[in-house]
Parts: sequence; C-alpha cells; structure tokens
Amino acid sequence: MNNSAANTGRVLWAGLRALLVLTVICGVLYPLAVTGIAQVAFPGKANGSEIKDASGKVVGSELIGQTYNLPLKEGEETPTPDLKWFQPRPSNGLGTNSVNTQYSIILSGATNRSGDNEDLITWVKDAKAAVVRDNSTADHKVKPSDVPADAVTSSGSGLDPHISPEYAKLQAHRVAERNKLTVDQVDRLVAEHTDDRILGFIGEPRVNVLKLNIALKDLVAKG
Amino acid sequence: MSPVLAGVLQLVALVVALGLSYRPLGDHMAKVYSSEKHLRPEKWIYKAIGANPNVEMRWPAYLRGVLAFSVVGVLFLYLLQRLQGSLPGSLGFVSIDPDQAFNTAASFVANTNWQSYYGEQAMGHVVQTGGLAVQNFVSAAVGIAVAVALVRGFARSRTGELGNFWADLVRGVVRILLPISVIGALVLVACGAIQNFSGIHEVGRFTGGSQQWNGGAVASQEVIKELGTNGGGYFNANSAHPFENPNGLSNLFEIYLILVIPFALTRTFGRMVGSLRQGYAILATMATIWLVFTGLMLWTEFAGRGPAFEIAGGAMEGKETRFGIAASAIFSVATTLTSTGAVNSFHSSNTGFGGGINLLGMQLGEIAPGGVGSGLYGMLIMAVIAVFLAGLMVGRTPEYLGKKIGTREIKFAACYILVTPALVLGFTAASFVLDTPANSMTNSGAHGFSEILYAYTSGANNNGSAFAGLNADTQWFNSTIGIAMLLGRFLPMVFVLALAGSLAEQKPVPETAGTLRTEKPLFTGLLVGTIMIITGLTYFPALALGPLAEGLAA
Repeated sequence: MNNSAANTGRVLWAGLRALLVLTVICGVLYPLAVTGIAQVAFPGKANGSEIKDASGKVVGSELIGQTYNLPLKEGEETPTPDLKWFQPRPSNGLGTNSVNTQYSIILSGATNRSGDNEDLITWVKDAKAAVVRDNSTADHKVKPSDVPADAVTSSGSGLDPHISPEYAKLQAHRVAERNKLTVDQVDRLVAEHTDDRILGFIGEPRVNVLKLNIALKDLVAKG
Repeated sequence: MSPVLAGVLQLVALVVALGLSYRPLGDHMAKVYSSEKHLRPEKWIYKAIGANPNVEMRWPAYLRGVLAFSVVGVLFLYLLQRLQGSLPGSLGFVSIDPDQAFNTAASFVANTNWQSYYGEQAMGHVVQTGGLAVQNFVSAAVGIAVAVALVRGFARSRTGELGNFWADLVRGVVRILLPISVIGALVLVACGAIQNFSGIHEVGRFTGGSQQWNGGAVASQEVIKELGTNGGGYFNANSAHPFENPNGLSNLFEIYLILVIPFALTRTFGRMVGSLRQGYAILATMATIWLVFTGLMLWTEFAGRGPAFEIAGGAMEGKETRFGIAASAIFSVATTLTSTGAVNSFHSSNTGFGGGINLLGMQLGEIAPGGVGSGLYGMLIMAVIAVFLAGLMVGRTPEYLGKKIGTREIKFAACYILVTPALVLGFTAASFVLDTPANSMTNSGAHGFSEILYAYTSGANNNGSAFAGLNADTQWFNSTIGIAMLLGRFLPMVFVLALAGSLAEQKPVPETAGTLRTEKPLFTGLLVGTIMIITGLTYFPALALGPLAEGLAA
C-alpha cells in the first residue's frame, strides 16, 4: 500500500517535471524563435498587414474588415452606412467586450443561426431589401435576383475583409453617383482590385473593401 | 472556373499533397518510435524528467505515465487560468472562473479544445502561449504515444512490454511536432497570419478614429492547433479569423496539416507490424469515408437548402468570402472526421444535412483519419470488431495481424466503443430532462436539439467544434462537457492500453488458408460497413430528431 502510494507520487513528480520542461520548450522557446524569425523575415505580415492611405496614415489592416458608416446621430442606435463608400458584408455575429472592459475589443464571431431560424430569415430579407434600395440609382434599377449571397449574409469571423466581385460591381452605380464619377471609372477600379483565385483554383475571387475604398478616395481626390 | 470545379481541384491538390507526404512522414514516424538512439536534447530532457527512457513498460505502467502526465497537465492549466489576473504578461485580463477554468483545462489536456471562452477578451499571452499552446503539443504527443503502444502490442509477442511512455512523449514532440510546426508557422506568417507580442493596441480606421486589436503568437499556435488535431483558436472565430487563416492558400495548408499525421500514421503502423499492405487497408478505409463525406458535404452546401439560404441565394452565412462554399465544406469535414474541431466556417449555419454530416463524422469516433494517434487506435479497435464479426459469420476464432481476438480482447474493444455513445446520449438526455440547460439554445426546434447533441458529441469525442449558437458558458455545460471530455479521452485509452498489453503477451498464430486476409479490399469494405452499422444503430434515433428532421424539412 505504502509502496503504491510512493510509486504514484514518483510518477506524478515525473509528470510535473516533464510538463515543466516541455512548457519551456513548446511554450517559451518555440514561440519566441518563431516570432524572432517572423519579425525579421515578414515584419509587415507578422504585425497584422497594416495599410496606409495616400497621406501615409495607417487606416487599418488589409485582413480585418471595417464598417464605413456615417457618424452616429443623436437618438440613433445603429449607424447608417455611408453610401459614398463600398460597403462590406453584414456582421450580425460580432460581439463586444464584456469581461475586461478597460479595452474595447471587438469579439470575432458568427451568428450561428440555422437556415430555418426566424432571426436569420428576417436579417437576410431586410439586408436584401436594403441592398436593392441603396444601390438603385435613377438610371439603374437593381433587381433582388442580382444580389449575391455574400451581400446579405454574415461571415464566420464577422471581420471578413472581402466581398465578392459581384457585390462590388453591384455597388458601382451607386458609388459612382455619390462620388460624381462615371460608372466606367468605378467599374475599372473594381476590376483592378479584384483578386482571382490563388493559382487559379484556390479560394474564391474577391475584392478587398478597404483597399478598394482607399483607391476610391484617391480617385475622388484627383478629381 | 465554376466554384464547384475549383472545389474539386482543391480537393485533388490536397490528396496529392497528402500522398506526397505519406511515405516520408510515415516512415520517419516509424523510425522515431523504433530507434534505439536518443538525440542529445532528448537526453537533457530525460535528465530533467528523471526518467530512464530505456526502461520497457508493461501496460499498467504505460497507462500510469499517461494519466499522471495528464492529471498534472489539467491541474497546471487550471491554476494558470485561475491565477491569470496576478500573472505578468496577461494584458490585464482577469482570472477565469472556476467552472470555465476546469472546462478549458480538461478540454486542452484531452486534445479537445472546446472553447467556452472568447479568446480575445479572456486569455492573455501567458495562458495562450505558455498554457494552451503547450497542451496542443503534448496532448497530441500523448495520443500518438498510445497509438504506437497499441501498434507495438500487435507487433510484439510473448512480452507484454509496450515501450517507454516518456520516450514516446518526448520523441513525438521533439522529432515530429516541433520541426513541422516551426516550418508551418512560418508558412502561415508568409500568408499573413500574425506573430508578435504587441498585446492589445490601437490601429487607425478608414473613417477616422481607431480600433483595438489583439496581438499575439498566433501563427505558432495556429500551426500546432491543426497539426496536433487540437482546434482551439486564438480568437473566438477560430480559423475563420483572418489573422489565423488569412487566405485561400493558408486555408488549404491548414486542412493539409490537420490530415497529414493521421493519414501517415497508417504507414507507420504498416511498417511497425511488418506489412505495409495492412497499413494500406486501414488507409483505404479512412480515405473512403473521408472522400464520401467530403463529396456529400460539397453537394449539400452548394445545394444550399434552407429558407434563409434560399432567400439569400446561397449558404454563405457563417462562411468567409475568401474561402467560399467549397473550401469551407472541405475544411468542415476534415475537422470533424479528425478530433480537430477548428472551424473556418460556422457549422451551426451549415445546411441541415451539412450539420448532420459534421455530427456523424464525430460520432463515427473520429477515425477517418481521426485525431493524431486517436484516429489510428480508434480505427484499429473497429478493425478488431470487424474481424470478430467476420469470425462469428464463419465460426472461427477471429485473429488480426497474427493475434487471437479472444474473450479478453473483444471485451476491451467493446468497452472502448461503448464509452462515447454512453457519454453523448446520456448527457444530451439529461440536459433535456433538466429545466435550465435548454435555455442556452439560440435556435429552437430540431436545430436547438442538434446544438446540445453536437456539444456532447464534440466533447466526448474530443473534437471541440460547436454548433456555437449554444451558450455553453454555464455551470452545467462547463462541468458536464468537461467531464465528458476527460472520460471520452482517457477511458478509451485505458481499454486501448489494456488491449495492447494483452496482445503483446500472446504468441503469434501462424497464418493458414482459413485466416481472414485483412490486407485485402474485401476487408476494407467489411470495415467501412462495420463502422457505419455500429455508429448508425447507436446514433440514428438522435440524428433523426436533429439534423435529419431539419434537412428533410428544408
């Protein structure tokens, strides 16, 4: 009996020592080594792929989606999208920091609603109506069937930096009108900022909304 | 190019990449676990542990090593979270509540990585990098060690000795997981995954003002989270978060990392039992199930049935634009057929049938190809059952790899396959009988039922993915899922090691004309059938109430 207790103690002690050694290797040395190499070899990417606008100011990350809204008016609960800019996908699953409130961190996340969920059906319907309404101009009417799926659904992270090329093209008429540009100019801008699948088959074609809006801002500034 | 064709090509590329790694990695792992030599750094580690790596262990000693190491792991991780508020380098994050800390500690030690917390706002650098990521390595190495012990049980005779747990643990980390992780992490950074220690910092916004971002050692954790089939994300959105999985290429690479060791272990198995063709038969079984499930998932997700998806014009809810439907479907099958549970799209917003495929994948016991190590030993247990059933049909004493499958062996195998269904169905039923657990559901009806069924399926099978509509951060779910994860991980290991010990003691049975040829396609067919029938009979009623009801209504 005593023997087996001592035995158990010895194995647990070995286990603890193993854990501590492996913690030093896998939890300290390994991440430090990788960070060191990454910071030398890919400093921009390792630090979040920040991008600057024409004036040299950091305006975000090319990987993290943003909202392009008008400043919140008094009495308004949800901000109105600023239709001058290309709009991203909905993000109904994003959360706000509730634990460590010295920070205001955005919590990435999805809606987790199923296909037959009433909330989701309402969100999709409302989003579709809004896309049709916002993007129809005097001489260009958007049909509900023109609206691609990504325009009315929330992404997995809620931070999707991209929209589909179809959704970008659909917004061109509105963006041109609001910025007093020709539709051709905006179409060209969208085409220039459309990334095809990697190597022709990996992932999906996409348009980075932040990069597109930065280019749009430049174009408008140039007149 | 159509999205469907692009998806098929991505799948082909994945198969080619896995095929190219199969031989070198499988042979390398066989050498790692057979070699007599110790590398110099390993000798230092053994000295620090105070263990002699050359001592052979019988199964009870091997099991004691596994359990002692894991118990210490749970306690250490629990304390780290409970003390987070007072530790330096925690970014001011507070200590985790007891029930959530228990759940998370159990989860990472059990190779599950169920997340009832939000990574962004709960875990600082110290817990993430020094606690969670470490368990990603070692829980994976423990899984492979147990699988290797079982393989030795088949390969050895008249001994009962299964190897040395400490040597297997250390070698798995030092010679397999770490080297691949270093390279893989740099590949992910090159794609855009972040790797820094800049804490939480302000970054400008396009429309003015600023936003707050988490920095962190993300790429180094991401790679081992996939490679070790762990699955716990740095961020709440897991591999859907652009900092974890920045583009289509990183996505395909992550799927590759998830599958590469579990598939290659069948080669290791073949090498160690002295017949590569036995390994191929197991590989063929795994690959068949994986490809069929992936095909079905692609079909149902592209079809996009379900009221909301039909109005939207496609099942893009919970999916990222850069991955689209195809790459999300391939990922979600890979993650649920292994014990990974990382997600690049949110399974709760899959179509009804899609969610059912995720559930069934885990309920098969995650053996196609399964978690690192756990996939192989799970599949070998099913092979024992299949051989037993075949033996019953012809009235012969069943044997597998030259070992008799007698009463003792079949009892251990039967206990193994009963553990997880008992946990899953028992806890799911209990949750519905009680008043409050059901309040955690976001969706109602069939999908609400699936949320809770999914939670226990994922926990007991050590997957860790979720129908994340369920608010699982309650005392009930934190405690019961925590228990399900621990029992679902370690009870099966007890039976596996006991079986291994019993096999290693036997003397080999010579092969005769009446021996079932387990390296032939016929056996692969029998094995696939056994897996589907056993799982199907166990879970069909529960699946009918959840995903099947939802899918058929759509």
